[in-house]
Amino acid sequence: MAENQEEVKMKRTVFLGALTVAGVAAGAAAAATLDDVKARGKLNCGVTTGLVGFAAPDANGEWTGFDVSVCRAVAAAVLGDPAAVEFVPTTGKTRFTALASGEVDMLARNTTWTFSRDVDLKFDFVGVNYYDGQGFLVPKALGVSSAKDLDGAAVCIQTGTTTELNLADYFRKNNISYEPVPIETNAEGQQQYLAGACDAYTTDASGLAATRATFEAPGDHILLPEIISKEPLGPLVRHGDNEWGDVVRWTLNALIAAEELGVSSANVAEMSGNTNNPEVARLLGTEGELGAMLGLSADWAKNAIMAGGNYGEIFAKNIGEETPIGLARGLNAQWTDGGLLYTPPFR
Amino acid sequence: MTTLTDPPRESFRLSMLLYDTRYRSLTFQAIALLLLIVAIAFLANNLVSNLAAQDLNISFSFLSSPAGYDINQTLIDYNSQSSNLRAAWVGILNTLLVAVLACLTATVFGVLAGVLRLSKNWLVRKLMAFYVEIFRNIPVLIWIIIIFTIMTAVMPAPTAFRGDDPASSMVLDSIAFTNRGVYIPGPHFSRGFGADGNGALNWLIVIAVLVGSFFATRMVTARANAAQEATGVRPNTLWLNLAIWFVPIIGVLAIMGLYWDMPTLSGFNFSGGIKIGGPLIALWFALSIYTGAFIAENVRAGIQAVSRGQTEAASALGLRPKRVMSLVVLPQALRVIIPPLISQYLNITKNSSLAIAVGYADITATLGGITLNQTGRAIECVLLLMLFYLIISLLISAVMNVYNSSMKLKER
Repeated sequence: MAENQEEVKMKRTVFLGALTVAGVAAGAAAAATLDDVKARGKLNCGVTTGLVGFAAPDANGEWTGFDVSVCRAVAAAVLGDPAAVEFVPTTGKTRFTALASGEVDMLARNTTWTFSRDVDLKFDFVGVNYYDGQGFLVPKALGVSSAKDLDGAAVCIQTGTTTELNLADYFRKNNISYEPVPIETNAEGQQQYLAGACDAYTTDASGLAATRATFEAPGDHILLPEIISKEPLGPLVRHGDNEWGDVVRWTLNALIAAEELGVSSANVAEMSGNTNNPEVARLLGTEGELGAMLGLSADWAKNAIMAGGNYGEIFAKNIGEETPIGLARGLNAQWTDGGLLYTPPFR
Repeated sequence: MTTLTDPPRESFRLSMLLYDTRYRSLTFQAIALLLLIVAIAFLANNLVSNLAAQDLNISFSFLSSPAGYDINQTLIDYNSQSSNLRAAWVGILNTLLVAVLACLTATVFGVLAGVLRLSKNWLVRKLMAFYVEIFRNIPVLIWIIIIFTIMTAVMPAPTAFRGDDPASSMVLDSIAFTNRGVYIPGPHFSRGFGADGNGALNWLIVIAVLVGSFFATRMVTARANAAQEATGVRPNTLWLNLAIWFVPIIGVLAIMGLYWDMPTLSGFNFSGGIKIGGPLIALWFALSIYTGAFIAENVRAGIQAVSRGQTEAASALGLRPKRVMSLVVLPQALRVIIPPLISQYLNITKNSSLAIAVGYADITATLGGITLNQTGRAIECVLLLMLFYLIISLLISAVMNVYNSSMKLKER
């Protein structure tokens, strides 16, 4: 009998030992992400659990979307292969733990850049790939034309998001009441909203447009005119690994700069050979050694642009006005067109 | 004749720790304990140093900062400006509410199904066996989701109650079944104590009156027993007891001006009355029927553990089957039933953390979900959660063990 107890205890000790080893391994993964990604030959990229247009698997099981394209561009820049990405679906609640623990190398998951996430949670937002704001989706039959008419309504809201806090602030500020219906994923929210368990669904306006596009009758639902918050969405990495942060930041900047400079997936090969614009030459690696400074090959930006096109192409293909989601460029136009997209120079 | 001498006393040598069976197990236990302590210390050190490497620290100051989010079921005053600690209390009360409700109904379901499973009626017996086998062999999370999905899909939305010729109407003009929950009339007082006559004091008075009635009826019964023992004739106590139960409580409620606040459709939802939210119903019902199936088996085991001779002896004394069950079998069966029942109550309390699947705001959803996520204080929140469930489970265990020792066979 005593021996049996012994065995159990010994087993427990071994188990704890294994846990410790796992803990140490996770701790060691915190630094030098660029080397880890190169050694692994694959980029682990955290995305949503499924939001059509931003990140969702298509009919063939291939992940596609606006956020997915950022992952693919980074993989192309670092590894030369846009397909060398392992997509890790994360919910609003699991995303930060996944990034902090090293399970993913970066998050490209319509995540709002806020002070506390940047400073207190120890993440680095490398830029903004979509300037968004929080809106409300309601059925036309509800007869509501403004968010201020939603007094007493049940509102579906994804928990653990900034939208949850904005919602509370907005209703409090306007002195009207509501009943929160907390949900975990966009799919659950869609199901609850369509079943009538909530009167309105609120999240980023782009997400609402994408969700509405998947409804059987999108025309029966309207987006209310109020945009109640600023939601700058962008990719983020762990704080403290600046080399890796630079790689992701400048890959995103390269996509945006490529659109501004007129470099697209169609003409990138041709332009890298003969261009008389020195900035294009520096961007595409035919002049200077920007790639080497990042610890990447000279044609890193060229690979990134070839992966899915420049920012404008990615936008048009996934969420632009030609797609069912039908988002206008709006704030997300280049600064030269009156938008907010403005990259620092490649010099 | 040989003389017995004591065996020579061996002095203790170090090798005996390994080769002497008297000491060997102690040695291994000591080594295992040492390894365990080292492993835990290493893990703790690992945690602290990794946190330090990432510039993070352990701090509970977030508990006093505003939570910032709203909760849909609050038993105490709460708004988005309340502190995270307050949000945690809201969650704790919601957890306790669903746990207590589910423990009560699971016990009722379990006792009924357990007794009926031993019924002489073939159909009843088989039906109960069917219930037990179906419900305890499908995970409770699935039950919670099934019930919640059925509720939201089948029940009408509040808009169906609107208009001159609505698609749905309220039961008895007072209860509305919707896909967001059930709205029932809520009791209010027009001449009560506290703020606008509806303070908590009113309910304390009502409870005090009911407790008083309970003890009064106990005294009446004791007097009747004494009279029966002395004279052999039992005085009729039915009307007296009914009067003791009903006259005082009706009087008190009338004095405080009880009225019912009916749910009415206004705006998007029903307002007024009491709302029993869909998530609460789904969680409560799923936990009850699932755990009820386990309790049914405990009850059956308890009853079958009472030897058949007891039943036969009781019948031979002329007791009717009902009295045999209540006077002879169940009191003895309880001794077998209570210890596993404690485990089932603990299971209900811990399984209530599955609330998150249907958006019920229990402690796991508020402190361990939204607060954790909005503040990023994962380690602190999870530690507090573990502490809460540990304390609650130990309390339930302690209370039930007191009950168990009062019920168990007293050996003298």
